[in-house]
Amino acid sequence: MSKITNILVVGTGGQGVMTATEILAEAAIALGHDVKKTEVAGMAQRGGVVSSHLRFGPRVLSPQISPGTADVLLGFEAAEGMRWRHMLRPDGLALMNTGRLVPPVVDIGLYTYPDDPVAAMREAGTRVYAFDASGIAGELGDIRLGNTVMLGAISDQLSFPAEVLEQCVLKRFASKKPELVELNRRAFAAGRAAAQAALRGESEACCAAT
Amino acid sequence: MAAVMPAPAQSRLLMSGNDAVSRAVWEAGVKVAAAYPGTPSTEMLEVISTYPDIYSEWSVNEKVSLEVAFGAAMAGSRAFCAMKHVGLNVASDALMTLTLTGVVGGLVIAVADDVGLSSSQNEQDSRFWGRFAHVPVLEPADSQEAYDYTLAAFELSEKFETPVILRMTTRICHVKGLVTVGERRTHRGAGFKKDVGRWVMVPGAAARRLPKMFERERLLRAEAEVSPLNVVEPGSDRRVGFVVSGPAYMHVRESFPDAPVLKLGFSCPVPFEKVRAFAAQCERLVVVEEVEPLVETELKAQGIAVTGKDILPLSGELAPHVLRPAIAGLLGEPAPVEKIAAPLPVFPRPPTMCVACPHLGVYYTLAQLRNVTISGDIGCYTLGFGHPWNALDACISMGASMGMALGLDKGRGESDEDKKIVAVIGDSTFLHMGMQGLLDIVYNRGNVTVLLLDNRAVGMTGGQDNPGNGRDIHGDPAPRVDFAQLVKALGVREERVHVVDPYELPTLFKRLREETRIPEPSVIITNQPCVLIKDYHKLKPYTVIDDKCTGCGNCVDIGCPAIHVTRRDRVTKASGREVDLAFVRIETAACTGCGLCVQPCAPDAIVHAEKVSVINMLKKS
Repeated sequence: MSKITNILVVGTGGQGVMTATEILAEAAIALGHDVKKTEVAGMAQRGGVVSSHLRFGPRVLSPQISPGTADVLLGFEAAEGMRWRHMLRPDGLALMNTGRLVPPVVDIGLYTYPDDPVAAMREAGTRVYAFDASGIAGELGDIRLGNTVMLGAISDQLSFPAEVLEQCVLKRFASKKPELVELNRRAFAAGRAAAQAALRGESEACCAAT
Repeated sequence: MAAVMPAPAQSRLLMSGNDAVSRAVWEAGVKVAAAYPGTPSTEMLEVISTYPDIYSEWSVNEKVSLEVAFGAAMAGSRAFCAMKHVGLNVASDALMTLTLTGVVGGLVIAVADDVGLSSSQNEQDSRFWGRFAHVPVLEPADSQEAYDYTLAAFELSEKFETPVILRMTTRICHVKGLVTVGERRTHRGAGFKKDVGRWVMVPGAAARRLPKMFERERLLRAEAEVSPLNVVEPGSDRRVGFVVSGPAYMHVRESFPDAPVLKLGFSCPVPFEKVRAFAAQCERLVVVEEVEPLVETELKAQGIAVTGKDILPLSGELAPHVLRPAIAGLLGEPAPVEKIAAPLPVFPRPPTMCVACPHLGVYYTLAQLRNVTISGDIGCYTLGFGHPWNALDACISMGASMGMALGLDKGRGESDEDKKIVAVIGDSTFLHMGMQGLLDIVYNRGNVTVLLLDNRAVGMTGGQDNPGNGRDIHGDPAPRVDFAQLVKALGVREERVHVVDPYELPTLFKRLREETRIPEPSVIITNQPCVLIKDYHKLKPYTVIDDKCTGCGNCVDIGCPAIHVTRRDRVTKASGREVDLAFVRIETAACTGCGLCVQPCAPDAIVHAEKVSVINMLKKS
């Protein structure tokens, strides 16, 4: 069977997970791929878990990514990335926002938030590029830019040029909110740079080890 | 939403199953479309309402929506209604008789089964209704098929003068895929023709319609035998042939690319001869259907040897990682070894109420009441059963809070003699099916305190309009029901009806305590809007003055997601009692200033954020 790309985008309700996946889907369609996109987001609007599956290639049948077959995991929230890492194929890559959203069940003391989700994933053998997408978005002036930062981060991990994805992001705003185009361009570039920095960090660590 | 220009014919669009059905409904020339919101079906009517030249409405419940659509079909126009699986339970009374009269204009009922229970109180298989009501069932497998089958359903409906069930699942409704769309065709309604023998279902007339219904079913089975929606796909690996329907088709095709497949797009009535011919090509047959073994049982009754739910789960989705090991087991092969890492342990993240949700005040107050049983209902406020409130004790179906409360009252055990019974219900749910229950409480002199949470929206499904907020499906002004007048008209005494602001905790608590003590029906109506709709207006956000916070944790009991614990401690009081402390901060960017947390804060540590900036400025200067 021809190669299908599996991208799993995860986070919590309200973070823009579903919109980000939709933009990724639009980019894949622009390049002539067949696409299926699905999510389990039952009561996501109420702060619950959202996981959005994107599959693209010559012809996509099942819309669901089977456990252990995701090529890339795009984690919009630290613990959510950790929750879904088992969906990655063994040599898959997790791109993770280190930003945390602590739910009420943790605040009222019923559960604890993991000390270091990224470290836990690495310890379990997952390749992770981690960066503070929420912080980057906040510095640019609006936490809602987080999903564009995440899309910038994944843009060099796809089978097509990053600019295709960037155009799809900007096109969204060009028609509805043109004043936000420039801000999103910067958020996309910042996310791309953050992932590249994480890659450099990885190769430096690799060199240091050898 | 205002009408928008539909995309031109031959466009290839990324559409969800719900989007695709909506487009086909518009293209089919449908005149009337109706629904009550319900996940995962809600978006169908939302999208249809944006198309021009089609009447669309939010109905008060699914039964009414089906009756509205049926009326239009009786008048010869094409009609459509959509609902979630449990909605068809409500609408089934109409369905079971309109199947006898049949229709003139095409009538398609899209019913969305929540396979996997992403947002429902049960998982049920609506294909049963096809058997029960003797109507055809079509089962699309993706968005393109959702579009194609909707168009086919209208043709089938008119050819056989029957309502048609378009059976969707969450994985069809909410998956997006590419769909090629077409032109809108106009459909001319034939007009209503008086025919009491057909349209007035008294016993004699109904008895005369029964043979026609069974004859129709026989003809539909013959149609299913030749329908292009039922397709045999030959395969080289004939050890297992698959009989599949719905989204499971895609999972089977993905998992077993070389196997022969009989895809049943028109799955009820089952085309037995087609299955028999297919069976002859394969060593064994496996039926893959979500969720109950319906086709399987019928094939077995025909003497066709099949395997199905003896190796496949009776609930949930039949995804590739479920199918592959089951079939390997059947063939006596080792289960495929997939390199799947073990999931890492992470806290659960259950849905919560929103920041500043008016229900927060209600559940904070209910949690303070002692010796009370709380009968709940379907909506965001069902979440009141969870932490930190633990203030909802039962929930089964739309409107059931009323009847259950009366039963809890009348059926008290000895240990419950002094129990107060409270029922909690939302505005839209009350109008859907709760009104009758309240009437029953009043008429039968029940001792129940009803909390009617009027937030002017169908909140859980995304804030749809309803008769309680004075807006129609397009957001245009519509007559608005007056809840206080309504409950008085149902017989609740004027002194026992109160309208309360749910952000005023002392008043809410006082009213609840008073009304639960009075042994007669009373209704407390809360009057603040859902924070997700345009009626809601944000106020100035709050923050915590760290030096003043004593860690009492009272604000945490509100359950607002904007309040976070920064530090915990345990101290021993002078009395020797150990007390847990939780020091907090408020996420000011998320806070919209409802002020609920301010009220139980003993040391007045919660203040408007801007006030603190001024204090800090003064400190610096």
